[in-house]
Amino acid sequence: MPDDDKKLAAHRALVDRVLNGEGRASPEQRARAFGNADVPPPLHALIDKVATRPTQVTDADFAAAKASGFSEDQLFELVISAAVGQSARLYEAGLAALAEAKGEPDNAT
Amino acid sequence: MRLDILNRGYRPGTKLLFALIRVFSGHPVPDAAKLVFYRPGFYGAQAKKFTHEAMRGPSGWSVADRELMAAFVSKVNESAFCVGAHTATAGQAYQDGAKVQAVLADLESAPVEDGLRATLRMLGKLTREGKVGAEDIREVLSAGVSRQQVEDALAVCAAFNTTDRLADAFGFELLSPEGFEAGAKYLLKRGYR
Repeated sequence: MPDDDKKLAAHRALVDRVLNGEGRASPEQRARAFGNADVPPPLHALIDKVATRPTQVTDADFAAAKASGFSEDQLFELVISAAVGQSARLYEAGLAALAEAKGEPDNAT
Repeated sequence: MRLDILNRGYRPGTKLLFALIRVFSGHPVPDAAKLVFYRPGFYGAQAKKFTHEAMRGPSGWSVADRELMAAFVSKVNESAFCVGAHTATAGQAYQDGAKVQAVLADLESAPVEDGLRATLRMLGKLTREGKVGAEDIREVLSAGVSRQQVEDALAVCAAFNTTDRLADAFGFELLSPEGFEAGAKYLLKRGYR
């Protein structure tokens, strides 16, 4: 396997595990956190900060999510989903720009 | 860390391992290391594989260059824990801490090769703005960087955009300068596995 494929394969395995593997949060909740899209209000502030301005996450964001019924294990999974999701979008955007620069069809993603 | 499970939710064997590391290294286990031990089947095992492949797998970039990319991406994200950890690791890998500090202070005037500078500039834009265009990549390629090196740099960028977010969301505790140097020594010896 070429070296770049090994990196891409390892990344795909991580994304697949976080989205589709066994977990305490439902796959649907993880998918929403991963995409930072349609996340319900008690969780939206925390997930949006993880994706777009993680240094602004506060204890209060976690407290609000817990007060609405999310367990610590669910929040562990959903925060990871949000972080992996945002990074995956950056990775895909970079690979797509590389394919375009090289004049190739974008099959990297 | 902000979740009690990440401070106290480990299995007895893992707690013992943490205690042994503390005794033998003289430093507490960094939160970055603890995180991948919590329910490793969910995140830690796959995250370690990807990060190790990106940071230590075969590449046209040296380990030092990739650690510098990690520090630089973390600086753009203002992720204090990861800036500390990878500034120390890149400094040890280059055996030139001043070079790393110069890149983080001002990329354009820092004493690095044009290809590495152009790559860091592109990673910074991608991290800051969430996108880059073909013209940004062409600038990197025209500075002498190979297609494979661009892909490798993007993998480093993906790994650290994940870790930076988790460090700040979960609230990784900062280490002392000695703690960061000890962690750097470990990462250069053992990698991320």
